[in-house]
Amino acid sequence: MEHYINLAVKAVFVENMALAFFLGMCSFLAVSRQVKTAFGLGVAVIFVLTITVPMNNLIYTRLLQPGALAWLHPSLAEQDLSFLGFLTYIGTIAAMVQIVEMTLDRFAPPLHAALGIFLPLIAVNCAILGASLFMVERSYTLAESTVFGLGSGIGWALAIIALAGIRERLRYSNPPPALRGLGLTFILVGLMALGFMAFGGVQL
Amino acid sequence: MAQRNPARDALIDPIFNNNPIALQVLGICSALAVTTRMDTALVMSAAVVGVTMSSNFFVSVLRHHIPTNIRIIVQLTIIASLVIVVDQVLKAYLFEISQQLSVFVGLIITNCIIMGRAEAYAMQNPPAMSLIDGLGNGLGYGAILMGTAALRELFGFGSLFGTQLLPLAAEGGWYTPNGLMVLSPSAFFIIGFFIWALRAWKPEQVESD
Repeated sequence: MEHYINLAVKAVFVENMALAFFLGMCSFLAVSRQVKTAFGLGVAVIFVLTITVPMNNLIYTRLLQPGALAWLHPSLAEQDLSFLGFLTYIGTIAAMVQIVEMTLDRFAPPLHAALGIFLPLIAVNCAILGASLFMVERSYTLAESTVFGLGSGIGWALAIIALAGIRERLRYSNPPPALRGLGLTFILVGLMALGFMAFGGVQL
Repeated sequence: MAQRNPARDALIDPIFNNNPIALQVLGICSALAVTTRMDTALVMSAAVVGVTMSSNFFVSVLRHHIPTNIRIIVQLTIIASLVIVVDQVLKAYLFEISQQLSVFVGLIITNCIIMGRAEAYAMQNPPAMSLIDGLGNGLGYGAILMGTAALRELFGFGSLFGTQLLPLAAEGGWYTPNGLMVLSPSAFFIIGFFIWALRAWKPEQVESD
């Protein structure tokens, strides 16, 4: 249990997807003008990450890994399909996002109305694919990858909501004209990343 | 400009006037973590230039045959296949650098520049022009990447491409490396200042906000 809590804390704070690995930056910068929309996107990212990382973990360990096909037929034990990884992960993510969207539309219309416009965006969010690739690279088990998916989703959501909060206040400031908007946001994210580095070395 | 050459514009425009990173806020995701050293940044830029060019080309060749409803997934499949090729080539010939780039080669798939150009340009324009547009956008991305990497490696390690330019204090020289430059936040600061400089030079790019 301790191991999983440690993994989650690490994924949320120490190895924050947005601030330590720069993943999901496009939507991180584009959708952080208002806290309300940032919150919606953050929740959608948590949702999708928690589903897709374990899904891709199953696909990797049961189908793609060297020797993973042995359960189908002993003669397939030599097969190594891991080069197909990128294509299958992105396919899984796109399909999962589609399914999640349809399910929400059918069973939870208010949630769908809140998350609706963000879900398609998420299919090409690097944080989602990145989490799956990290999961493969660090060879997590199924339980570990669920915790990791949830943790990194929460970390990303935390970062975007914090950034949106600061940017809402920033509207009243008076920066040099050329720095306004994107330039200032970058410097701001840099400062936030510095702040998050203080979590480095936190161990439970 | 007396005569405007469309091919030249498609190549030069994305580098200065319409830079994918500085103005369109695209493709920052997979980029910044690879800019601590020049050699990884160079390989990453080359990979992205290769993938944008060829994905733009193939999407453009197939543009009349792609059904509109499923175009995103078709584009993603084309891009993912190209990235697999790039990844396998890197693993075969530049194994050490591909280890350093780790997951970021795979993340070229979700690099918004590539999707963005395929969707916005290649779906409407003939193959040759799309190829040039891909090259221009790839180079615009590469320019920012290389600039950031040059600053970070020079001040963080005192070297460029692994060649020691500033003798380190630890080895009897005079330069004390700036540890901040090796850490991730410095990339944000440098790009922020890049954008500031670019917009101070070309005031028409300033956001109204």
